[in-house]
Parts: sequence; structure tokens; C-alpha cells
Amino acid sequence: MAPSRTLYTARRSRNLVMVALSIGATLLGLGWLVLILGVLLYEGFNGLSLKVFTEMTPPPGADGGLLNPIVGSLMLTTLAVAIGTPLGMLAGTYMAEYGRNERLTSVVRFINDILLSAPSIVIGLFTYEIMVAPMGHFSGWAGAVALAVIVVPVVVRTTEDMLRLVPDTLREAAASIGLPRSMMITRIAYRAAKAGIVTGVLLAIARISGETAPLLFTALNNQFGSANLNAPISTLPVVIFQFALSPYADWQRLAWTGALIITFAVLALSIGARALSTSGKQS
Amino acid sequence: MVDVALHGGAAVTADVAPRAKVLGRLRLNDIFFRNLTRGAAIAVLIILGGVMFSLVAGSWPALSTFGFNFLIEERWNPVTERFGAIGPIYGTIVTSFIAMLIAVPVGLMIAMFLTELCPIKLRRPIGIAIELLAGIPSIIYGIWGLFVFAPFLQQYIQPALIAAFGEIPLLSTLFAGPPYGIGVLTAGLILAIMVLPFITSISRDVFDAVPPLLKESAYGLGCTTWEVMRFVVLPYTRVGVIGGVMLGLGRALGETMAVTFVIGNAHKISGSILAPGTTISATIANEFTEAVGDLYTSALIALGLILFVITFIVLAVARYMLMRIEKRVG
Repeated sequence: MAPSRTLYTARRSRNLVMVALSIGATLLGLGWLVLILGVLLYEGFNGLSLKVFTEMTPPPGADGGLLNPIVGSLMLTTLAVAIGTPLGMLAGTYMAEYGRNERLTSVVRFINDILLSAPSIVIGLFTYEIMVAPMGHFSGWAGAVALAVIVVPVVVRTTEDMLRLVPDTLREAAASIGLPRSMMITRIAYRAAKAGIVTGVLLAIARISGETAPLLFTALNNQFGSANLNAPISTLPVVIFQFALSPYADWQRLAWTGALIITFAVLALSIGARALSTSGKQS
Repeated sequence: MVDVALHGGAAVTADVAPRAKVLGRLRLNDIFFRNLTRGAAIAVLIILGGVMFSLVAGSWPALSTFGFNFLIEERWNPVTERFGAIGPIYGTIVTSFIAMLIAVPVGLMIAMFLTELCPIKLRRPIGIAIELLAGIPSIIYGIWGLFVFAPFLQQYIQPALIAAFGEIPLLSTLFAGPPYGIGVLTAGLILAIMVLPFITSISRDVFDAVPPLLKESAYGLGCTTWEVMRFVVLPYTRVGVIGGVMLGLGRALGETMAVTFVIGNAHKISGSILAPGTTISATIANEFTEAVGDLYTSALIALGLILFVITFIVLAVARYMLMRIEKRVG
């Protein structure tokens, strides 16, 4: 009896250690989240005031806000979504509806997955090569294109996945009353998959609103309140990058405040997207 | 009959000629829409091709000037226009390695907690909280790392590491030097936090896909939770877990902003992981807008090409592995 009892204790204690480690790992993960958000809230609220939303970025040592980068970020994000969403939706539609069993679809899906996780700085270099270098100057347009290249794969992926979840009986019902295929897709399938596709677009917005790397050498930055898309334009992430690395305390404070704004916008978007997708599943 | 229904026409006995016309238009619409979507799908391919092509074209001046030496040369001197990529490549690999060394066990442990141990009610909230870590933009990790994490490491952790390993032959080089706070180790730790949610959520999903019957039989034989994980769940999901790890690795390799803040940007290979270094992405982010001269710009684009090729291979392997497990489950 004795040896088997020791074996049993050894197994039990090993199990206990592992269970403790896994609980510890979870606490560690949650702890990081709390730590990051806590510091962000503390430092961000320090500098948060109405001025942040109404005044331009200041020169070092002066008072100011983040109005121009906020406007710039909103403009570029809107444009990127306006360019990227239709393209992504159409491509996803082809993959789920027309070319379900085609070779092209599996190739596009593979490539799309690669683009989905490609380093965003490489997307920035690509946009620099195709837009900034030929035009001869940095511009808001180039920034929007760089962000759109990031939007496309997200939307392609969710559109395809969501359309595939639409039951084929719906399609057959539409076909049986003689609806042409294009109409079946736009009037039946899109409607059934709407919540999912909107979720995808929200996730894409969340993803690009924090992106910095692709904007560094496309949209660059602009000290002045320019809303001209044909010129360099300032965006929130790039301003945070510049201000945080500067030696000026008031710039650093603004960087924290900007970081707070971005993080909460992004987290609200991703939580909203999640809520939307679960409510869609239940109905 | 669609044409009639669409136009709200009660006149079912309408002329044949206009009906044919409407049907013809619908047919044209159909063909148009089909080709439009097909064109969009092909456009996705063209984007990737464009990325590849533009990187190769942009890096050509540097690659043709330095040839293979570009890959093994350490010197990075914009003034004399001598460029070598081994410093940034080394930094990229070492920081990602540190990140995976920490994130893989921790991520798997969290996934084990979520699938086997966690009370059902807490499962969703904890899972979402961990995934929120992935939602935080990388620049936030950067600013947090620079102002909070690096000073903390400099004050408490790094002196302790130096003191603890200073006497041991091999480790003393690894942990040599003054505690700067910023450096390769700091970057690796920040990356570990950033890739943790990817590894956790994919492992959790593949763990969940294990047939309950398998686990229950093991429990029925008297296995402990850990033994079920180790001898049933992990072997069953091995391919998927590796896929998830590779996906996380792809993230770590390409991550830019967080690393740029905390790595110190030194084009120098140092034996110590406490020393500042640089990665491919950090070099590009720091120097690209200030690069003067075609050769300098081109050398930076060549770095981008190397990064893209490395991540492409890693991600392709990841996708292949995940596809294999999907086939088995589906």
C-alpha cells in the first residue's frame, strides 16, 4: 500500500501546484490589465479638461489641447472605413456566395489572413512607396489609404464568416421565388448577416484608431490646425508618440490624456461590437 | 415573376416585351454584381502582391549595393552610408524569443484555468478581460512601458538580476551592465503582455474543441486535472496550440510602437539583455522620416522586406496548423 500512496500524494501535489500556477497566471493577466488601465486613468484624468477638445496642440511650455489631432484622426478613420468597407464586403461576398468552392477563394482567404496579421509598419512602407514617393509629399490621403489597407482584411474575414452562417434554406427560398442571385445576396443574405458585418466594421475601426506605425510616414504630423487632406495632417496616435518622447512635462501630460481618449474609444468600440454580436446570436 | 413583384405591378398579364427587357436587365445586374465581387476578391490578392512588389522595388538599391553582406553586417552608419541588418534582426528575434518564453506558458495556463477550473459564471467575464489586453492600442503599451514599467524595472528588478547572476559565468554576460530600465529585456516583457491574449484565446478555443467524452474518460480513470491537460487535452490540440503560438509570434515580430518606446534604439549587438538594442520595426519607425539619401531610405525598406518575409513565413505556418485542426474538428 505504501508506494501507491506516495505516488498518489505526488500526483495530487503536482496537480495542486499546476492548479495554483494556472490561477496565478490568470491573476497575473488580469493584474496587468488593471495596472495599465489604472495608470492610464490616473495620468490621463490629470490633464483632462474641456480645453483638450477645443484648443490646438501647443508649442512646448504653452497651454493647449488636442483638437487638431482628434479631428485629423476622425477624418482619416472615416475615410479609411469608407474606402475599405465596400471593398472588403464585396470580396467577402464573392468568397461566401459565388466562389465558395473555388480555388481563388481559398487562395484569397489565405492571403487575407496573412494581411490581417501583417506588421502594420510594413503597410506604412507600402503606402509610402505607392502614394508618398510618387506625390512627392506626405499627405492625409496617404494616411487614409494605409489605414484602409488595414481595414480591408478585417471586413473580408467577418463578411465571409457571417455570410456563411446564413442558412442555405433562406437562399433556396429566395431562389424558388425567382429572385436573381445578386438580389438574393443584397436583400436576403446581407440582411441576415447585418449584425455580424457591422461588428466586423466596428472591430476594424477599433483596430485602426490606435494604429500609429502606418501613419508615421504617410500622414506624418502637422503642428498647425490643418484639415487639408492633401497636406500632412496630425493624428492622435502620432501626436501621442511625439509628445510622449519629448522632454516637456506639459507635452507628456497631453500625451497621457490623448492615450486615455484613444484607449477608451477603442475599448468602447470593441465592447460594443461584442455586445452587438452576442445580441445577434440570441435573436 | 420577380420583375412584376418588384415593380409592384398587379398587371400579371403585362406585355411580354417589357418583361423580357426587365429580366434582361436583372440578368445584367447579376453578371455585373458577380464580377464586381470577383474583382474585389482579386483586389485583395493584388494588395498583397503590391506590398511585396513595392518592398522589393524600394529595397533594390540597398540590396544591389550591399548584396548578401546586408544580412550579416552589423555596421549601421548613415553618414558613410554603410548599412547592415544583423543588429535589428538580432533584436527582433531576441525580443520575440523573450516574449514567447513568458507568454506561452502563462497563456496556456490561463487557457487551462478558463476551460477546466473556472466557475462557468466567471468564464466569459475573465475571457473578455484577457481579450481586452489585445484591444489596447500598442502605443499605449509603449507610453506605459516608458513611464511606468521601465523605471520600475530599473529600480527594483534589474539591480536584483545583476546582483543575483553577476557571479555565474554564462548568466553574468546575459545580465551584465548598468540597469538602464529601457532595453531588450523590457521590450521583450512588454511584448509578452501584448501577445498573451492571442495565445490565450486561441488555446482556449482549441481546448474547448476537445470532445468532452475524451476528457470524461480520463477523469473517470482517476486522472487529476493536470493529468487530463497534460496527457489528453494538450496532445489532442497540439497542432492548434502551435498555430496559436505562431500567430502570437507573428505579432511579436512585427510589433512596432511599444518596442520603439522602450528598446533604446542602439544599433549594436550586445550579449546582455539589459542593454539597449533595436528591432527591425523600431529602426524603421525611428529613422524613416529622417532618412536622407536614397540609399538610406532603401536600406530601411530592405529591413521592412526582411520583416515581411519572416512574418509571412511564420504566419503561413500558423495558418496551416490552424487549418489542420479545423479540418479535424469540423
